[in-house]
Amino acid sequence: MGRFRKSGKKVAPAISTASLPDIVFMLLFFFMISTSFRQTDKLVQVKLPGATENVKLERKDLTSYIYIGSPIPSKQAQYGTDSRIQLNDSYRTINEIRDFIASERESLSEQDKAEMTVAIKADENVRMGIITDVKQELRRCSALKIMYVARQK
Amino acid sequence: MAKKTPEINASSQADIAFLLLVFFLITTTMDVDKGLQRKLPPMPEENQQQDEVKINRRNIVVVKINAQDRIMVGSKPTDVSEIKDQIVEFLTNPNDDPNKPEKEVKFIKGLGNYAVSKGVVSLQNDKGTLYNTYIQVQNEIVRAINEIRDQFSTQHYGKKFAQLDEDHQKIVKEAVPQNISEAEPKDVKAKK
Repeated sequence: MGRFRKSGKKVAPAISTASLPDIVFMLLFFFMISTSFRQTDKLVQVKLPGATENVKLERKDLTSYIYIGSPIPSKQAQYGTDSRIQLNDSYRTINEIRDFIASERESLSEQDKAEMTVAIKADENVRMGIITDVKQELRRCSALKIMYVARQK
Repeated sequence: MAKKTPEINASSQADIAFLLLVFFLITTTMDVDKGLQRKLPPMPEENQQQDEVKINRRNIVVVKINAQDRIMVGSKPTDVSEIKDQIVEFLTNPNDDPNKPEKEVKFIKGLGNYAVSKGVVSLQNDKGTLYNTYIQVQNEIVRAINEIRDQFSTQHYGKKFAQLDEDHQKIVKEAVPQNISEAEPKDVKAKK
């Protein structure tokens, strides 16, 4: 008490950086875990149409994607350039949407089933015929919440 | 003389970790899918008579898009840029035009009685319509409704719709409903 050291004698100690790697590692692990690599390979080319009044897709885990567009160049020799539907990892027909929706619905918990959304990712040059067919099939499977995925303009 | 094993210098560990961190930062896509949300009408049961929903003719505005991507609102050919204003005018019906939608006074919780427009926008398209055009038109219709909602909320709460809290947004949504009907494909065929 009451003793004061003369100032100027002591140099401020350097801040220890020993914990810096730990902090960085923590961030690293966060990003490693939150990164999700693309699960499905794209088999169709999709250039989304632009829109201004977009809303965010609320729950990604409750969303099933339907891709519609013309096949990627490497598959065009085999499948032609007509618009095709891609579900999961392969080209599918309209009739297979029913099974797709059923299996997607199966994987959800009971209270989430009503919240299931189907996101339609279609190329802007697709004709409406195929989209209408898909919509009708979705109505038949009573997957009524849909979203036309668009790019912000 | 026994030599001590020198300590490994750990000061570069941070650099290595940083490098990895930057890699993951860049590869992570935090992209949120955005788009236009819609609710499809349920499919009527096959053996059940499709009960005709009686909607007065004056309450419907039909937006048609043909295979050449030409657009018609009501009976007038229209450009995409004009759709919004026409829909706004139709739905709000400021002069109580008898050819435009009637209003029904409804009690809305938290607001009181309000004359809600019964207008419905019906969107019809051809098989050959481009998806892009379809989305543009959908977008314009949503834009029209958002504009009416903005008007309403500025009038009542002095704020834009997007800045309102959830309860007020619900009220506005009830007062200005988004009635967009996507036509049955049988109607599409009839228009070949």
